[in-house]
Amino acid sequence: MPDTILDVQGLETIFKTPDGTIHAVNGVSFGLKEGETLGVVGESGCGKSVTMLSVLGLIPNPPGKVIAGSAKFAGRDLLKMSNDEIRQVRGAQISMIFQDPMTSLNPVLTIGRQLEEPLMLHLGMTKKQASDRAAELLSMVGIPNAKDRLKDYPHQYSGGMRQRVMIAMALSCNPQILIADEPTTALDVTIQAQIMDLVKRLRQELGMAVIWITHDLGVVAGLAQRVIVMYGGFIIEEALVNELYANPTHPYTIGLLGSLPRLDAKERTRLYSIEGLPPVLYQKPKACPFAPRCKWAMERCWKENPALEPVAPEHRVACWVDTKTGRPRS
Amino acid sequence: MNANNNEVLLRVEDLKMHFPIYRGVFQRQVGAVRAVDGITFDVYRGETLGLVGESGCGKSTAGRTILQLYKPTSGNVHFEGVDLVRLKGEEMRRMRRKMQMIFQDPYASLNPRMTVGQLVGEPLMVHNVASGAEIAERVAHLLEVVNLNPAFATRYPHEFSGGQRQRIGVARALALNPSFIICDEPISALDVSIQAQVVNLLEDLQEQFNLTYLFIAHDLSMVRHISKRVAVMYLGVFVELADRDELYANPLHPYTQALLSAVPIPDPIADAKRKRTILEGDVPSPANPPSGCRFRTRCPIAQPQCAESRPEFREVQPGHFVACHLVN
Repeated sequence: MPDTILDVQGLETIFKTPDGTIHAVNGVSFGLKEGETLGVVGESGCGKSVTMLSVLGLIPNPPGKVIAGSAKFAGRDLLKMSNDEIRQVRGAQISMIFQDPMTSLNPVLTIGRQLEEPLMLHLGMTKKQASDRAAELLSMVGIPNAKDRLKDYPHQYSGGMRQRVMIAMALSCNPQILIADEPTTALDVTIQAQIMDLVKRLRQELGMAVIWITHDLGVVAGLAQRVIVMYGGFIIEEALVNELYANPTHPYTIGLLGSLPRLDAKERTRLYSIEGLPPVLYQKPKACPFAPRCKWAMERCWKENPALEPVAPEHRVACWVDTKTGRPRS
Repeated sequence: MNANNNEVLLRVEDLKMHFPIYRGVFQRQVGAVRAVDGITFDVYRGETLGLVGESGCGKSTAGRTILQLYKPTSGNVHFEGVDLVRLKGEEMRRMRRKMQMIFQDPYASLNPRMTVGQLVGEPLMVHNVASGAEIAERVAHLLEVVNLNPAFATRYPHEFSGGQRQRIGVARALALNPSFIICDEPISALDVSIQAQVVNLLEDLQEQFNLTYLFIAHDLSMVRHISKRVAVMYLGVFVELADRDELYANPLHPYTQALLSAVPIPDPIADAKRKRTILEGDVPSPANPPSGCRFRTRCPIAQPQCAESRPEFREVQPGHFVACHLVN
């Protein structure tokens, strides 16, 4: 059994807005094992990105604040670190790539300069060493003529190539954990396939753990070993990837899978649609956050919020109802 | 779907839309972005024709050019037998009632200073088909049709979620009782659970009002779900067009094959079994497209002849069109 390298417990994050306090993450606990790929799935506003940003201390304060929880990495709590301490971890041992490769690169600096910066900062390389390593990294992510292309600016790269640069930058200090926040959402499917392939290959070569945040259940199926499904700032289901797709158990997961048309479907059926809208959490929910949209909801669902409970080996669900029988879970 | 009759509603012939590029002090034309470069196809009454392709392939431009929102560089568009390219002024305005569009971004396509009632009622007023109380009545009915509360007519767009805004866009498109609607990526800005709601609504409306859709999207699974026939576009041209089941079961063009194999399937076991073709490189610029076949620079099976001449878009089996030299 591989060791757990990141252990997040009871994470809660809020944002103060003029309209009131938004409870974006409401007690999220999960572990990441060495070398695994963990998929984090949910719709916009479910708290999946905020969870990861909180762990890395990237929530702007104000308006945001991590109000509870811990995130143990290599024996230390990331949430208790000072700014200087966490900067040593960020980009070196844990790095992150973002959705939009256009806005995450500085348009007025060359690609080379941006790739060299973390190398000089975290690994103490000289300019010459950093420049050589930067060229190596670029060719590792599949950019031809790497040496010449270091002198180019971001606008001279296409969207897919920019995302490759972001990956090269994130991997430059050999991190133990790579957090990818919807890295392929802005890309076309053929380019998405290239990037997914690249990350899979690099993960095997470098042996790092990957957290892949996405709203696309199709992407996660092809990449992850384990999947977390989030809704309303909670984890509502967690399972190994094959188990989740074969036996989705939370009503939300069932609905989400049912609402996707499948390329390999045998015949055409009407899409299952989850009625209503995702919640905006001005209060920390006391009942199940999915109850207003749930067709199985019963009295208890409106009063108490279910905790994550095991239903099968390595499969945990937060629901009062046994969705197979439609009766309360005993 | 009731597309068994073969009445052609829309016929597009060799449609081209080139955007000129100007340079220098005298702003001389130095080239053109060939966004749409000769497409030919029919749309039958009552069907949904899906149009897929990657960003920048010209699918949205094709939609807008068909509706004469851009003046085409050349080619013809026949709608119910009338050539739209030749129509002017009042005649064109009359035709527009029959053809509407639903836009991609429900946040940008609705005027934030107008109420829902004004937004949905605006087409009725502009085209002088109703006035006063009649408009209010019709607006209330339209909102009901798209499953919104008629009382929402006095609210503003910012009070609604993305899915609800897209419903407002749909109600607005339906206001003039059109027979043809171009849906330009109507769901790609929406969350997964909301996408299904909007797609189900579009299907219900099609049945109720006998609508014909041109459904533009990059999501191949969704296009497969909603369409009767599907066309695949690459760099301004159609590379393949066939019945939905035929196209997905038996794709002939190497680009279609690669595109289909790149779509992730939400099932880890089925996904692991699939054979993947991963295309190298990026889409070339439409201002300077490759000679001959446009796909040849990324094509895994390209031959010397592919650089020499442009493959004809021909019917290789009944109803199955493909543009490739290497398909027999």
